[in-house]
Amino acid sequence: MEPRRDPRGALVRPYAVTRGRTEPLQNIALEAVLSSTPTQSAEARFAGHDKYRISSVCEGRAQSLAEIAAYTRMPLGVTRVLVADMVAEGLLTLHTAAPATGFAARMNLLGRVLSGLREL
Amino acid sequence: MDFANYDPDGANRGREIISAKIVIAGGFGVGKTTLVGAISEIQPLTTEALMTAAGVGIDDPSKVPGKETTTVAMDFGRITMAEDLILYLFGTPGQTRFWFMWDEIIRGAVGAAVLVDTRRITDAFAPLDYFENRKLPYVVALNRFDDAPHYELEEIREALAISPDVPLVMCDARRRESVKQVLVTVVEHAMLRLQAEHGYPASVG
Repeated sequence: MEPRRDPRGALVRPYAVTRGRTEPLQNIALEAVLSSTPTQSAEARFAGHDKYRISSVCEGRAQSLAEIAAYTRMPLGVTRVLVADMVAEGLLTLHTAAPATGFAARMNLLGRVLSGLREL
Repeated sequence: MDFANYDPDGANRGREIISAKIVIAGGFGVGKTTLVGAISEIQPLTTEALMTAAGVGIDDPSKVPGKETTTVAMDFGRITMAEDLILYLFGTPGQTRFWFMWDEIIRGAVGAAVLVDTRRITDAFAPLDYFENRKLPYVVALNRFDDAPHYELEEIREALAISPDVPLVMCDARRRESVKQVLVTVVEHAMLRLQAEHGYPASVG
């Protein structure tokens, strides 16, 4: 996907798109993956320019918070505020980042990553 | 937040996608982005975190008139392993003054590889110090530059005072197979560490 330039360029101060809010509703990990169903993206059309752009990035292919920020060319902090809002509004589905605790769950994940790498 | 699981049309139910990450650290220009690009399925992307000058901590905002914010670039790549499993590779910002960002990058990571350029070996001191003081499992990878002097691995281990239980490997950050081996070493080491922490004998299947 070709990252699109925001036509407003650098004319808008970064947190203007969040109306000055810098704290996200929940802290989403850099690698946490988000996806959008057709129903969700249809709804996102009415959620404003920036949220619709985010929704479009996630349609058909799940993307991490970091990817969304890169493709929309928005700073990470700004993207995190908007994405957390969209999750709360039901416009995006948030998937779990790797389980940080629990021996069995963690071992299972590491084992899957290891075989995934070996198969490359 | 209960909203995290709010799924209005249920289309994603049962299709939970798990993502994991491995961190690639090292000094400026050591080949982190090259390494990520050698194995990532996408061209390495850059995301820019915006810091207020005050947030940088070591910067004195009064010395940068008119500049209230600074951006920190972080490169990353992606390997989709299965429909429900994605591995991300995150390169740390090269300049040491942006280390406050590393804590966010390493949180929840599988492990890390610290890349070392044998021509500028002292650049590795600071990243190694960082990981020695964190819980995250890490390995050290010597990126072989063509014009670099040749050292034996054990010489490097001694010079950098790398503890005997930290794996040390040679690599060529441009070559996919070599990068894959570095990542395999990271994950194997992470598994051994996890097993050891839980009192299991050291073995990886």
